[in-house]
Amino acid sequence: MDTLVAQLQRQFRDYTISLYHQGFLDDQFTELKKLQDECSPDFVAEVVSLFFEDCEKLIGNMARALDQTGNVDFNLVGSSVHQLKGSSSSVGAKRVKGLCVTFKECCDSQNFEGCVRCLQQVDIEYKSLKAKLQDLFSLEQQIVQAGGRIPQVDI
Amino acid sequence: MAGEVPNLAESKLRALVVDDNLVNQMTHHKLLDRLGIQNDVVCNGQEAVDVHCSGRNYDLILMDMEMRIMNGIQATKILREMGIESKIAGVTTRAEEEERKEFMEAGLNYFQEKPLTISKLVSILHNLDFCVQNQNHTKFF
Repeated sequence: MDTLVAQLQRQFRDYTISLYHQGFLDDQFTELKKLQDECSPDFVAEVVSLFFEDCEKLIGNMARALDQTGNVDFNLVGSSVHQLKGSSSSVGAKRVKGLCVTFKECCDSQNFEGCVRCLQQVDIEYKSLKAKLQDLFSLEQQIVQAGGRIPQVDI
Repeated sequence: MAGEVPNLAESKLRALVVDDNLVNQMTHHKLLDRLGIQNDVVCNGQEAVDVHCSGRNYDLILMDMEMRIMNGIQATKILREMGIESKIAGVTTRAEEEERKEFMEAGLNYFQEKPLTISKLVSILHNLDFCVQNQNHTKFF
């Protein structure tokens, strides 16, 4: 019979793999994990938290810019999209990054409906990733609290 | 894995991260820390110029291209005009040939596409001839 730690570790491993396979995360997230050590044990959680704050701020900027009916500054929207693409790329948020590529194309072609659709999708996507990573970090905490070590997962 | 990451602490290199994105500031700062390189972080090209005007200097500057207030191309030009001879590596997600060329012509020593990783940073250091110590032997590039 599996111990609690073994069960949690298996859950963690399976969940991590699923996040990569379903395209939520890419190699860059793995690179972030390499930077986490005893001196900064919460590094990944901190960077990711900063990323989600960035998402909220930038999406707010984009929404306000798109709200200027008849007078939308697509360069302003595009600038925020570029920032979001940079952040998402840096943390391995693969789906968010992918949406930013499409979003930027809509900005460049001044496609208002396209921009509005992209904004909605980006909002849904970052919130979805946020919930999933919260679940992942929660599993890590449970493993540690149960006296276990967080397994290294090879993707 | 830890044994494969070079440690440059003994070489006392100092680096400057120039990027207006908080997430990138945090990751680039940590990447340099991990390699034992002391580093400061500024938010845009103007601050990069200002910090040099205040008398600080660095062995390596990681310069983002697109930044508000002053971008990486302008900042690189000004730093070179000031006589700053530090190695400047342009880092950006924009990698179109024209933009890369314009950035290089501003005075970069090297160009690397974001997002940065440990191995990309090591590649920057190798290409800019920084001494990289690996376990028991010293490599000069």
